[in-house]
Amino acid sequence: MDIYLPIAEVSLDVFVLLGLGAAVGFLSGVFGVGGGFLLTPLLIFIGVPAPVAVASSANQLVGASLSGVIAHWRRGNVDFKMGFVLLVGGLAGSVFGVWLFTWLKRLGQIELTISVCYVVLLGTLGFLMGFESVRALLRQRRPGGARRKLHQHNWMHGLPLKTRFRRSKLYISALLPIGLGVAVGILSAILGVGGGFVLVPAMIYMLGMPTQVVPGTSLLQIIFVAANVTFLQAYTNRTVDAVLTLVLLLGGVLGAQFGTRFGMRLRGEQLRFLLALMVLAVAAKLAHDLTIRPPSLWVISTEQT
Amino acid sequence: MSRRSRLALLLFAALACTGGPARADGVVADLSSHLIAITTGFTGASVVLFGATEGRGDIITVVRGPEREMTVWRKGKVAGIWVNAEAVVFGNVPSFYAVAASRPVDEIIAPGPAALYRIGTGNLRLQTKSPATPDEAARFGAALVTEQKREGLFAADPLKIAFLGERLFRTTIGFPANVPTGTYIVEVFLVRDRDVVSGQTTPLVVSKVGLDAAVSDFATRQSAAYGAIAVVTAVVAGWLASLPFRSV
Repeated sequence: MDIYLPIAEVSLDVFVLLGLGAAVGFLSGVFGVGGGFLLTPLLIFIGVPAPVAVASSANQLVGASLSGVIAHWRRGNVDFKMGFVLLVGGLAGSVFGVWLFTWLKRLGQIELTISVCYVVLLGTLGFLMGFESVRALLRQRRPGGARRKLHQHNWMHGLPLKTRFRRSKLYISALLPIGLGVAVGILSAILGVGGGFVLVPAMIYMLGMPTQVVPGTSLLQIIFVAANVTFLQAYTNRTVDAVLTLVLLLGGVLGAQFGTRFGMRLRGEQLRFLLALMVLAVAAKLAHDLTIRPPSLWVISTEQT
Repeated sequence: MSRRSRLALLLFAALACTGGPARADGVVADLSSHLIAITTGFTGASVVLFGATEGRGDIITVVRGPEREMTVWRKGKVAGIWVNAEAVVFGNVPSFYAVAASRPVDEIIAPGPAALYRIGTGNLRLQTKSPATPDEAARFGAALVTEQKREGLFAADPLKIAFLGERLFRTTIGFPANVPTGTYIVEVFLVRDRDVVSGQTTPLVVSKVGLDAAVSDFATRQSAAYGAIAVVTAVVAGWLASLPFRSV
């Protein structure tokens, strides 16, 4: 059954969209990543114009993340203070990101930028996480090995504005989460992702947060950043397709609830290893698409008048 | 369909009674519908064009969508990846273009009048809005036509116009699901001795209706409010979806 999407201006099968939403929602519940990094490329793949895919994914993230946060919050796995500090950076980053998006769209290079950003980010993160989680899994196999220090002290701990984050059991400079928030906000606007796939590893490895509170906290800040991006994209570029968003959400929010339950059963290292595999697979696919000769060497873009 | 054809017959009958238009070399034509409504379930549409000629001759029809500014990019390989390398901007590209004819176009009309009436994708007279050499303009213009044909927005081959007897003709014009909205112009030419002797122009409106029209209209006119509502809707949907799981 086809449904016409008024902003994307294409007709797509409503069940394909529902299934896509459910699959991505499930993953987002398991890993605490919004799933936008999978949703956006998949939407582009099935024929939604890239700018609309990016903006509508951001809109879908708002609902999916909220649903996820509520599930995590009931288990006490959300650090609200950390989420708020990340958010301050995130909002600033997303304003700049939407401006950058508009500029690149005018240059005709937005699609390329989206793909290249994905490949670089997903590739790097996938490798780092994959290596780390395999090391962690191996270390468990032979108990009695030297226990690592809780965390290493480095330049990051010399920054000012030290703040205590009780729920995360951390005492670090607030500048770190703010900076992280800015980076994620920019990504969110350009790529239509909540930035969870960057945020989650960064929270674990850079900030040293306990793995349990990471998904809930990351989703919390994604809600607000994605909401901001949705609003700005709708206002500046008019690329948010509300009909597309609603259909995706319908599948997505249910998927997220089941995913959260499934994620509780997995151990942290296993979770990270699986996420790393998935991230690498998407990166490999996108990198491949960039280097093969496209079926047509010509691209037409119509100016909206 | 049967209702449409009955309507067409009625019209023909009326024409026959009144003797048609006063001119000797006339052509009269109309569409089965002057509105293509894009609704939520829209997957494309077709419109029947029918008419009658005064005297012998061939018929050529041109359907032209509203003109848009289009940028044609040529991809090139830079550092191992394919990027949009060169661009030419065209200012007056019809967003939809289809030709229908009762016989192969080049057999019934001379190149001169074909160019004058912009019949055929080679006669679009595309104007560049960015600096380009004539050679570039030609190459990028040809690519534009090819890509639009691939999208189904330019009809690949001239459609067939069928004559019923000597005077009555009809054809079906198909529009794909991605048809651009706006006011279309349908031109009907009566061709005799390889030249156009008469013509008629009819408008055709392609428009979103119902919920889709409301959504896209709202998104364009009240973009700030639309953005806010999109966010609120997502929040409510997310919250609602978590309710059934509260007890778990």
